[in-house]
Amino acid sequence: MLLEAVFSPLVGFVLSGTIGQRLGKQASQFITCGLMFFSTLLACNIAYNVIGLGQEEAFTLLTWIDVGDMNISWALKADVLSSVMLVVVTVVSLCVHIYSIGYMEHDESVPRFMAYLSLFTFMMLMLVTSDNLLQLFFGWEGVGLTSYLLIGYWYNKDSANAASIKAFLMNRVGDLGLVLGLGLIWVTFETFEISGILGTAPTYMDSQYSLFGMEVRTLELICIFLFIGAMGKSAQLGLHTWLPDAMEGPTPVSALIHAATMVTAGVFLMVRMSPLLELAPVAREVITIVGATTAFFAGTIALTQFDIKRVIAYSTCSQLGYMFFAIGVSAYSAAMFHLVTHAFFKALLFLGSGSVIHALSDEQDMRKMGGIWKYIPQTYAMMWIGSLALAGIPFFAGYYSKDLILEATWLSGSWTGKYALILGLASVFMTAFYSWRLLWMTFHGAPRANEQVMGHIHEAPMSMMLPLFVLSIGSIFGGYVPDLYGWFSTHASTFWHSVIATPITHEAMETVPHAVGWTATALALSGIAVGILFYSGLSQVPGFLARVFKPLYLFFYNKWYFDELYESLFIKRGFSLGQILWKKGDGTIIDGYGPDGVSGLSYRLAGRASQVQSGYIYHYAFAMAAGLVLLSVWYLLIRGG
Amino acid sequence: MELTIGLNHYLFLSGALFSLGLTGVIVARKNVIIILMSVELMLLAVNINFVAFSAYLSDLVGQVFVMFILTVAAAEAAIGLAILVLYYRQRGTIEVADISTMKG
Repeated sequence: MLLEAVFSPLVGFVLSGTIGQRLGKQASQFITCGLMFFSTLLACNIAYNVIGLGQEEAFTLLTWIDVGDMNISWALKADVLSSVMLVVVTVVSLCVHIYSIGYMEHDESVPRFMAYLSLFTFMMLMLVTSDNLLQLFFGWEGVGLTSYLLIGYWYNKDSANAASIKAFLMNRVGDLGLVLGLGLIWVTFETFEISGILGTAPTYMDSQYSLFGMEVRTLELICIFLFIGAMGKSAQLGLHTWLPDAMEGPTPVSALIHAATMVTAGVFLMVRMSPLLELAPVAREVITIVGATTAFFAGTIALTQFDIKRVIAYSTCSQLGYMFFAIGVSAYSAAMFHLVTHAFFKALLFLGSGSVIHALSDEQDMRKMGGIWKYIPQTYAMMWIGSLALAGIPFFAGYYSKDLILEATWLSGSWTGKYALILGLASVFMTAFYSWRLLWMTFHGAPRANEQVMGHIHEAPMSMMLPLFVLSIGSIFGGYVPDLYGWFSTHASTFWHSVIATPITHEAMETVPHAVGWTATALALSGIAVGILFYSGLSQVPGFLARVFKPLYLFFYNKWYFDELYESLFIKRGFSLGQILWKKGDGTIIDGYGPDGVSGLSYRLAGRASQVQSGYIYHYAFAMAAGLVLLSVWYLLIRGG
Repeated sequence: MELTIGLNHYLFLSGALFSLGLTGVIVARKNVIIILMSVELMLLAVNINFVAFSAYLSDLVGQVFVMFILTVAAAEAAIGLAILVLYYRQRGTIEVADISTMKG
């Protein structure tokens, strides 16, 4: 069953990618959506078997690498963690597949789009069901590839091409860390099998590894390297710059890849390796600091952006920061909980904003929106639900997961935990503020779009609304179900079957004062109030604040100048180095003495030789006669004598 | 002193004729017909060689061969002249200096 669930999207990709263009738009939509639906059903069934009945499923396909001591197989495994991810990935992916039918209606190469989506889903499923780290790396790179393909889907747009290359390169930086981590794991454990690594990890507690002459604990080093990989994929501070630019891709892609699933692969990897992380306290401190800083910094940027998708993209970045600092304070189940709820409400927000963009004839600038709530009330309601869940308002999904994370930071007691708690609470306020800023700028006030656009405004078709309804159910109830059964909090250790580390006990969670949760809720509510006030009644205030704190505003608006920093630090130097290598190294040396040099030489020689061929018969005759004479002389005088 | 005409004299004669023909082929700059005539001359030089050796060795095969060569030379001259006529029609000249399409 696991096999079919993982591979049916691949079948969809192959069919739609090869003969899709010939079968036509509808056929490829039907094939990919149908196979995706099949896969979703199977995934739910697997999840029921694993979580409900406790039957783990494992499947070895074939041997991949068999060299010396290295035996690696293609093997799928569904444990609790994998099956939770399976359900999230397939459900969101199915929603996005169906949504794309409506959203990409006027596109010319729908089969290609559907094929990419299915390929992405396959790669993501490979990633989450892998039972060894090398196969996980295969899925990891596969989702990176499809992310690249889908960001640059509109390949005749320069900005989309630039964004896709940027995403690919930034991910390479992170992947270098991941590869180093994998190498170190092989050197240390001599296996890539996850259960093997996690099982023997405690015996390497005290082993040291010499890095640049410094003795470092091997496990800390492994965790740091893996975290660098996760930072790239999950857009954490420093390697985040690709995520906002990735919004150049079609909106369903942003929802599926750059909000709900792929960017959470880093979180998944960290949770997967959680027993290892438990043995690496320094690495966890690093993760906490980076995660908390990301949550805060992305929030500040989201306050000032005007592109509706960029606001949500920075919000994603910020929420991923939450997940990471939850990992940093050992609240792995809380991180997974937030991953699941976030997948629903962030996909909902993205698809909702896609619906807005669709309604407004592809307008993404919030300054050109406004006053459209009565024209598209369903989308409006969906955006409310998504925003309420994102802000962490009680009874919506985000509330439960965010609450758990903040309580866990309180519980950790270390200075990094306090740092994360403060920045996390500040981000709660900012999250609520920018969400309602988005809602009010988009839906309320006087319409700022031109009349032509306003006249054309319409609610999205059913194929786009249906996924929104499904996701909104997840956004509302996504918090209850796990909370009710204590999957992610109270009975975490029984739920997870020790697949991931669950060091925080239920009893410890009970000791956290309620003030933490209340503070968060109060901050969220005040953020909402301020957001509504600033963008309805007190509409001069944001402009006034921007003028008074101009340097700060510009600092946020220009995304903390990260792009400019990288431009001057790496890109310019990279370009000039590349220029030298290209012009001098490749052009002058290799081409000059290599192919061009040899061909030029033979051309010149041939030119000389062809001058002998004058075309006059008497020259040839003379050559023959002279040759004959010379041969005769040689024969008679030298050889004969 | 008695002068006997021996094999050597014939060989010298034919060698001289052959060389003359060869020189004609090489130095002819004006007319292709001269080249053709020079080629004829070379063939005749060879014929003299054949006849001389035939007499010297008392073997008639050499003279029979001469008959063949004469026939072939006649045919060759006819074909050569025919080609020349066609060439002239095509190009309007049979100047040796103009015939250089084999130039590399």
